[in-house]
Amino acid sequence: MSTSTERQPFDMVAFLRTWGTTLFLLLLIVVFAAWNPRFLSLRNAVNILTEVSIYGVIAVGMTFVILTAGVDLAVGSLLAFAAIAAAWVVQAMGGAVPQWLVALLVASFIGLAAGYLHGKSVTWLKVPAFIVTLGGMTVWRGATLILNDGGPISGFDDGYRWWGTGSVLGIPVPVIIFALVALAGHIALRHTRYGRQVYAVGGNAEAARLAGIDVKAVIISVYVIVGFLAGLSGFLLSARLGSAEAVAGINYELRVIASVVIGGASLSGGSGSIRGTLIGALLIGVLSNGLVIMHVSSYFQQVVIGLIIVAAVAFDAYAKSHRGKV
Amino acid sequence: MALLDLADITKRFPGVVALDGARLSVASGEVHALLGENGAGKSTLLKILSGAQACDSGRLTFDGAALSASDTPVQRQRAGIVTIYQEFNLQPFLTVAENLYLGREPLRFGLIDHKRLRADARAVLDGLGLDLDPDMEVRRLNIADQQMVEIARAMTLQAKLIVMDEPTAALSPREVDILHRIIGELKARGIAVIYVTHRLKEVKTICDGYTVLRDGRFVATGRVAEIEVAGMVRLMVGRDVEFLQRPPHREPAEIVLKVDGVSRKRGRHEARGTSLTDVSFEVRAGEIVGLAGLVGAGRTDLVRVLFGADAMDSGTITLNGEVVNPASPCDALKAGIALVPEDRKQQGCFLEHSIRHNLSLPSLKRLSRWGIFVDETAEKALVEDFRTRLNIRMAHDGVAIATLSGGNQQKVLLARCMALSPKVLIVDEPTRGVDVGAKADVHQVLFDMAATGVAVIVVSSELPEVMAVSDRIIVFREGRIAGTLDGFAADEETLMGLMATGRAA
Repeated sequence: MSTSTERQPFDMVAFLRTWGTTLFLLLLIVVFAAWNPRFLSLRNAVNILTEVSIYGVIAVGMTFVILTAGVDLAVGSLLAFAAIAAAWVVQAMGGAVPQWLVALLVASFIGLAAGYLHGKSVTWLKVPAFIVTLGGMTVWRGATLILNDGGPISGFDDGYRWWGTGSVLGIPVPVIIFALVALAGHIALRHTRYGRQVYAVGGNAEAARLAGIDVKAVIISVYVIVGFLAGLSGFLLSARLGSAEAVAGINYELRVIASVVIGGASLSGGSGSIRGTLIGALLIGVLSNGLVIMHVSSYFQQVVIGLIIVAAVAFDAYAKSHRGKV
Repeated sequence: MALLDLADITKRFPGVVALDGARLSVASGEVHALLGENGAGKSTLLKILSGAQACDSGRLTFDGAALSASDTPVQRQRAGIVTIYQEFNLQPFLTVAENLYLGREPLRFGLIDHKRLRADARAVLDGLGLDLDPDMEVRRLNIADQQMVEIARAMTLQAKLIVMDEPTAALSPREVDILHRIIGELKARGIAVIYVTHRLKEVKTICDGYTVLRDGRFVATGRVAEIEVAGMVRLMVGRDVEFLQRPPHREPAEIVLKVDGVSRKRGRHEARGTSLTDVSFEVRAGEIVGLAGLVGAGRTDLVRVLFGADAMDSGTITLNGEVVNPASPCDALKAGIALVPEDRKQQGCFLEHSIRHNLSLPSLKRLSRWGIFVDETAEKALVEDFRTRLNIRMAHDGVAIATLSGGNQQKVLLARCMALSPKVLIVDEPTRGVDVGAKADVHQVLFDMAATGVAVIVVSSELPEVMAVSDRIIVFREGRIAGTLDGFAADEETLMGLMATGRAA
């Protein structure tokens, strides 16, 4: 074993493990742009970023959850429920308070509360997160359908729509919010005590407990965070579409989890980053959009995205065993 | 000619030489004791024999043929070497018969022939004189019966050599007798047994030959009939590297920790572990108290209770005159009780995380601005301070702790506790898996902590270590205190006697 700090010879596997996804993203952009220059148009770029922002907000929260070795399958359903409940309250309130404020508060609160329930079930009932949130996925979707009999709620005012369709200095509002959420997530994970605790709980829960960390509180907190962000995402999506729909956010959980995993996080917890998740979310967004521009059928898109998820994780596993051998 | 012959076996781990020219020779039909203290290299040798690990160099001959170092455990089993570990290798939800023939079930038209499976299992069990139901699910059996299933399975594998690692550690005296009867049965069939144990009296009753390892090296081999228990102890203990002897300490200071009537019933809170009965003692400022005892005597259970990691049923824990009774490790740390746990990898380290993050974790509150944002400059300074004070050898503080040797990992965990300025420092097996050079460093840290007025509790299975570091030694046996000895006056025979029988020899 060497304790010197001399430069190691260039390690291709380690380099690709850190930068592989980013390089692949750039490669995709070049290929799509070469195929059809319209891909690089400002309008398309803004379009991709806005799409990514809606689920990217949740992916930031999902990074916290996966870092603790958990998972949340309920985010897509929760998004729909938060949005439709917010729209329902907006309708019921009339016009005394600005619509957007009511919707934002209601959607956020529902997300927080549902996340707390999920976290409490995981820690108190000792039901695995996969099962708790699999149940939650069905419960919240059902609740969404019950609330407005399966129909959409629309008719929002301009103040509400601004959150989904407006822009500041040419940057769409959802993109700005995504950027702020990602920045806050990055700071929380990298530079706060809380972030260290999240990594510790996922890295080794028993060691974390013996180091004096309230493991249950940390676990509950990550579900609260992802729940809140699912609610926020539901608000943004309804503002963008101009209606809260019962079928909104279907399959979002898979897209979100894929973003985090492609971004290099380990499902067994303790490793991952917001930077990685950001790249993962962009990769999925660029791929979906680019394949449409290339006139690849949407059926094929699913096949391609699925294969990329498996390839990314397989490479990560390979890189780990490669490092172990040196 | 010997059935098994291991010669010049060497195995290195990062930072530690586990085996250095070890050898072992066993004849057919012989019960051979493999003896040595914890850390002597017995487990490593068994793993090399079973194929779980490959040796770096050495010759392995079995049944007249050389064994390849790269054999897998399955290949070794086919050759006739079956190992029964302390943690059994059984499928709890399958029946006895299914476990006996797992992977080798008799088939009929490509499907499992349950009738024959049951009949075959019955025959093997009857052959050993075992009264076990082949249709019983293994998880419903007690430990002793599960062990019998393991032995019966070895028979179905046509084993020529069965290795038993601490087979009686969890057995009652009556069950030990049954095991010994079965071993006699194996012997009669010409099967060799390697018997690893700390209970030397059993060696006298059941074994024919013995081999002693110490610090990874071969020490002696011979016939059990020609040696007494005391002689075996001398061979096991006599060591090349002496431990640093603790300097005699000063005037008795005030009592820091008072443990009063702590009891805990096994199974009420945690399924594992040992019941504790009415454990009471005191530790003074600047004192090092060693807890000695056999594996499962309750030492680790007690310190986990003191640290709030496990719950207790009754008793009080008093710190500087105030009742603390910590309900969680978080409580204990706040009160000033710190623990370096027994199992470094499972309970101490975040292996994939950096040395810095590992060391600073419980101290982050102090190292954060407004209790939120980690002040990395202060954090790095803290790590640097301990790196020089404890002589931690590392490239830089950003590398994963998994890359450090056992001794350096242990120093990081000690530093983690020291950074909290505890009033009571508990260290469970301070030098397990730590190489000889770093052992002295670790002991020096304990002496230094005591010198600053910290009350130190050391749990150790290595008697020379307990005797070298402790001012006072408390001996545990079956969850109770069997006796207390002065650390400077205690000798190994007295300790062994208290640990094994509850009476001073």
